[in-house]
Amino acid sequence: MEYLIGIQGPDYVLVAADNVAASSIIQMKHDYDKMFKLSDKILLLCVGEAGDTVQFAEYIQKNVQLYKMRNGYELSPSAAANFTRKNLADYLRSRTPYHVNLLLAGHDDADGPGLFYMDYLASLAKAPFAAHGYGAFLTLSILDRYYRPDLTRDEAVDLLKKCVEELNRRFILNLPSFNVRLIDKDGIHDMEKISIGTK
Amino acid sequence: VRCGYLEESPIQFGQISAPKTSSGIPSEEPLSSPSSLPASFPFASSESVPLPFPMGHGTTTLAFLFQGGVLAAADTRSSCSGLVACPAAQKILPIHSHLVGTTSGTSADCALWKRILSRELRLYQLRHGRRLSTGGAAKLLSHMLHPFKGTELCVAATLCGWDGGDFSGPGLFYVCSDGTRLEGKLFSVGSGSPYAYSILDQGVRWGLTVEEATSIAREAVYRATHRDAYSGNFVDIYHVTPNGWTRRTSLDVHHLIMIFSMLFPCP
Repeated sequence: MEYLIGIQGPDYVLVAADNVAASSIIQMKHDYDKMFKLSDKILLLCVGEAGDTVQFAEYIQKNVQLYKMRNGYELSPSAAANFTRKNLADYLRSRTPYHVNLLLAGHDDADGPGLFYMDYLASLAKAPFAAHGYGAFLTLSILDRYYRPDLTRDEAVDLLKKCVEELNRRFILNLPSFNVRLIDKDGIHDMEKISIGTK
Repeated sequence: VRCGYLEESPIQFGQISAPKTSSGIPSEEPLSSPSSLPASFPFASSESVPLPFPMGHGTTTLAFLFQGGVLAAADTRSSCSGLVACPAAQKILPIHSHLVGTTSGTSADCALWKRILSRELRLYQLRHGRRLSTGGAAKLLSHMLHPFKGTELCVAATLCGWDGGDFSGPGLFYVCSDGTRLEGKLFSVGSGSPYAYSILDQGVRWGLTVEEATSIAREAVYRATHRDAYSGNFVDIYHVTPNGWTRRTSLDVHHLIMIFSMLFPCP
C-alpha cells in the first residue's frame, strides 16, 4: 500500500513517495514524508515494516554523516547504496532482519545521476527507473513504454503524473498525495506535491 | 541498545514463539500482520471466525492539538478475554507536570514503560537542566521499545505535552511498540479508534474553545464505547496547557447516553 518511484534523467533524478502513514485500516497521517536526506545530494526513500523503516533509514543517515565528519568528504551515491545494501545483508541472516524496501537516488559530480533499487533481501540494482509497492505492478509498464534516457525534467514530471493517474484510476487503495523531489548537481529540490486533481 | 537494566537482547530469552516468519520469505499481504496481535488478545484464542483485519488494543484513546493546548481522552474499561477486568482503569497516565500519555495495548506493559519513561525523563532533566521535549520523549520511548520488537510486548501510546524553552508549544506524538513514531495533530488508538476518528474528523479544528474540545472528545469516546465491546464505563479527559496538565471530570457513559440522546434526538 506504500508506493515509491524514481526516474533518472541525463543530469537529474526525480523521485516521489506517497504521504500515507497507515496502521491496519486507518490512515494515521496524510502528510508523512518517506524520504530521508543522507547528504546534500543523496535521498533515501524507505518503505516496509512499521518501525524498521525509520530505524534503518536513520541508522544509514547518521552513518553517512559520520563518514563525512571523519573523512572530510561525502560518500558518493554508489558507495552509500552499497553501504546500505551491506547493512541489509548483514542483518538479513541475523535474528533481527530489517524488512524494508528502498530507493536511493543521488547525484555524483564524477558519475552523474544515479538511482539504486534495493529490497528487503538485500538485492541492489542500478536502474534508469524503479518503483516499490503494489503500485509498481500498475506503473512499471507505463515507465517501460514512455521512458527515454534523454527525458527533460518537465517530461519526467509528466511521466510521473501519468503513473499517479493510473494509480488513482486502478489501484484499490486511496493514495491522495505524493511528495516529489528532484536531485541534480545543485542539490535536492522540493517540487510541487502531486494530489488527486492536479493536472 | 543497552538500556542499563537489560544486559542482553530480549530476543534471546522469554521468547516462546516468534509471531512473524522472519526466516522464510514473507509474502506481502496488505492487511494481515500477525505481529500486531498480542497473544493475550481474546480473538487470538478462537480460530473459528477469521478477523477482517487485525484489531488490537481493546480500548479507545484519543488526543488532539488545538489553540488551548492538548486534549487527551480515553475510556476506562480494562478487558481480559471477554471479561471486564476493571471498569475504572486509568488509561491516561501523567508522566511529568507537562506531559501525559495515553496507553493502549497490554495494561501491564503500558504501566511499566510509562514509569520507566518518567524515570528516564527525570534523569535527563537532572543531568541537562531542562525538560526533554515531547518529540524527544517519544524518540526515547521508541528506542527503548525497539529491542523488544518481535516479542509479545504491546504498547501503543500517544504522548501529549507542552514543551518549554526555545521550541515552546504543544506536542503530540504516537509511539507504538512495533516501532512506529509519528508526529501529528490528531490521533486515536485502540479497537474503538475508527469510531472515534469519524466523530473527531467532523469537528476538530484549531480554533475550538476548551469547552468545545472537551465535549467533542467526550462524544468521540462515547460513540466508540457504544459500538466497541471492549471500550466503555467512564470517559477520562486530561487537558495540557503551558501551566501543566489538569484532569477534567470523569463522566459515566450511562449518563452520556442521556445527554447525547437529548442533543441528537432520534427522528
